[in-house]
Amino acid sequence: MQYTIQVNGKAQSLSADPQMPLLWVLRDVLDLKGTKFGCGRSFCGACTVHLNGVATRSCVTPISAVGSASVTTIEAVASTPTGRAVQNAWLAVDVVQCGYCQAGQIMSASALLAKNPKPNDADIDQAMSGNICRCATYSRIRAAIKQAAGLPTVDSRDRFL
Amino acid sequence: MMRRAFLRASLAVGGGLLLDFSIPGALANARGAAAGPAALNAFVQISSEGIVTIVSKNPEIGQGIKTMLPMLIAEELDVDWGAVRIEQAMSDPARYGLQFAGGSRATPLNWDALRRVGAAARQMLVSAAAQTWSVPAAECETQSGKVIHAPTKRSLSYGSLASKAALIPPPDLAALPLKDPKDFKIIGKSHPGVDSPLIVAGKPLFGIDVTVPGMLYAVFVKSPVFGGNAVSAKLDAVKSQPGIRDAFIVPGSGPFNGLASGVAIVANTWWLANKARDQLQVVWEEGATAAQSSEGFAKQALELQAQTPAAKVWSEGDATQALAASAKQLEAAYSYPFIAHATLEPQNCTAHFKDGKVEIWAPTQNPDAGRKIVAKTLGLTDADITIHMIRCGGGFGRRLMNDYMVESAWISREIGAPVKLLWNRPDDVQHDFYRPAGFHFFKAGLDSAGKLQAFKDHFVSFGQDGKAASSADMGANEFPAKFVANLELGMTLMPLGVPTGPLRAPGSNALAFVFQSFIDEIAHAAGQDPLQYRIGLLGERRVVGAFDSGRMIDVLALAGEKSGWGKRTVAKGSGMGVAFYYSHLGYFAEVVHATVGAGGRVTVDKVWVVGDVGSQIINPTSAENQVQGAALDGIGEALAQVITLRSGRVVQSNFDDFPLLRMNQAPPVEVHFLKTDHPPTGLGEPALPPVIPALCNALFAATGVRIRSLPIDPKLLMRPDLPA
Repeated sequence: MQYTIQVNGKAQSLSADPQMPLLWVLRDVLDLKGTKFGCGRSFCGACTVHLNGVATRSCVTPISAVGSASVTTIEAVASTPTGRAVQNAWLAVDVVQCGYCQAGQIMSASALLAKNPKPNDADIDQAMSGNICRCATYSRIRAAIKQAAGLPTVDSRDRFL
Repeated sequence: MMRRAFLRASLAVGGGLLLDFSIPGALANARGAAAGPAALNAFVQISSEGIVTIVSKNPEIGQGIKTMLPMLIAEELDVDWGAVRIEQAMSDPARYGLQFAGGSRATPLNWDALRRVGAAARQMLVSAAAQTWSVPAAECETQSGKVIHAPTKRSLSYGSLASKAALIPPPDLAALPLKDPKDFKIIGKSHPGVDSPLIVAGKPLFGIDVTVPGMLYAVFVKSPVFGGNAVSAKLDAVKSQPGIRDAFIVPGSGPFNGLASGVAIVANTWWLANKARDQLQVVWEEGATAAQSSEGFAKQALELQAQTPAAKVWSEGDATQALAASAKQLEAAYSYPFIAHATLEPQNCTAHFKDGKVEIWAPTQNPDAGRKIVAKTLGLTDADITIHMIRCGGGFGRRLMNDYMVESAWISREIGAPVKLLWNRPDDVQHDFYRPAGFHFFKAGLDSAGKLQAFKDHFVSFGQDGKAASSADMGANEFPAKFVANLELGMTLMPLGVPTGPLRAPGSNALAFVFQSFIDEIAHAAGQDPLQYRIGLLGERRVVGAFDSGRMIDVLALAGEKSGWGKRTVAKGSGMGVAFYYSHLGYFAEVVHATVGAGGRVTVDKVWVVGDVGSQIINPTSAENQVQGAALDGIGEALAQVITLRSGRVVQSNFDDFPLLRMNQAPPVEVHFLKTDHPPTGLGEPALPPVIPALCNALFAATGVRIRSLPIDPKLLMRPDLPA
């Protein structure tokens, strides 16, 4: 089937099986390698992209379901002020260990902040628990989200400080 | 005109281990005078503009080595970190020495050696400046990428000196003076990961991102039963699927880390290759392992524990007699399951076989071992194989084995094109080298004052012919061995047809749980504070083997202080637990505060970690991140992870049934380093082992229920005062 999808502000025409997940269209057809494959079943969040601004698992989103939705991937996350703030906070907090999950984490975090500019720890848990970090950089992800939001980076769950 | 000056220096590092560096100097001769950056040795190049390129020799798996190793060189080279560019080395042990990521070894192996590499380059630059000015080198000093002649207030930049310095014979590495640590400008300061700007922008960096012109995509379907063979397959049904280029049976050969038998499917895109598996029917010859199961092993272990251990690991005094004579006796059976590595980037490798040679792009922790097994399997020589070391999306020990490398090389040869092989998640979960399960049967005897008089462990593990399977062994120094008057550690092995291997803190990640939990039982039986009891067990400060009990006493005491041990009011349903463990030369004591809620649900509220890894934390930001990650990794293992064998195959297949820790389960982890006057040692692993028993000990404090088997079963922890 022929599809024209909107990716990072550009129309992309391509031919693919209707069931082909957006993840593999992005990676192997459009050569956008930033979106990662982890599980293929929406369990890990490594493949998270935005569809009309909503964090979406591209590994279970068939190309036929994308339609006219605007797709944003990690490669273009810096095109919004929120996305850029998240990216910068990730660097300032030095979140990354292996880095494999971080594209998905940043996409979930920037979708959260676009909707909720001042999230509390419960909001962060809610928005981010679909994204696995195998290196468990969770404390720093939490701090980076708060830093991007201009909030104090203290963990309010820590009642032992 | 190529003149090669090799400098070979043997440096005593760590426990007397000898490192052998060969540093090809004067390479700039071959390049001509001013063209391109000048190579001062295998690790350092400086351009005429003063850009310093430092090669990072080890695989990056998330441990931060690509940032840390160059910091060691840059410090002694005396350049600003901002002027440094870092380049990932190829796999080339003749040029770079050992290149692997394992055992938290990079720090002890390179702390001295790589600083000397930087110091050697600095000395060549100083000599070049001294020659230029016709002054004694001793009158010259360096600062921020410049050589300075203080008496005449002249200075020359490294960039302007580099091509001349490259012609100077390299100095004797062993004789070079190194900086006084108080003068460090780079070491000890936090430097964020050098690849992070690319990672947050989604640039292609990982094995899975590699693209080679003309590349095809492959999946490889292996026998669900370990060691099984593909007898036949209906390949036409697969080949007729869209986009499929070929499908063929691969004969298995050799050990688990070589080539397994299976069916390769090669396609124009990976998704099509993976999808075509739906049409694949294979007749497998399953072999003997089909009779093995987790349940069967547990039964067998119970039977074996009643017998005398097949092998003695260590004994001192007379544990049997002392046990019989003791005022109080304890007995407990502990066990832990097989678990998988589950790197978030599934195993993958890109290979191009051409004209009898193979070029490989591999996310691997152990490239040279991969080269050797590819060479052996394909009938090539080591020299025929070129390996690019690609950033790994996690390692944890999984990528010390290179089975995926052999598979991709084989498939590329068969198909006659470059191939990217990628495993799907079930492949990855079901074809790992698992952390082996284990069964421990403990006995202890206390005197009337609660002092530990007798200790016995019968460890029922896996292996054959008296040799434990990979990571299934126990050593003679397992604490409390050598700290109790009467002790007996014995082992009995069960044959296993399933591949096992090192998982982050191998051996220790399981042994810490059982020993530090049973010691907690002993402390409670003695009616004493578990932290103080441990300090008492460690006794006089002394060195036993490589283990310094004084260092452990100090981290325990500090963990007590930092966590408010014994001073906090702990709510009903909550508890604090402590444990310590020595592994990978690191001393770690950890305290966990945990709460049990409705349904026995465990919430880990906080972890305090105190570690002693010597005199220097090289990159503090990375060190804290590693330690926090290790502690959370251990909590994830304890809360939920199990690989179940049934009929010789793995039951679990993805993150729904093999869950990893998530954000909402991850407690704050407070990290403290106790700096001591010892050479710096590694950090990737030693913070993991103690967190598991510290958690289980906290749950005992909270509920009175002793966790003796992992993963933690919430049903055991149900509180009568709360709903189920």
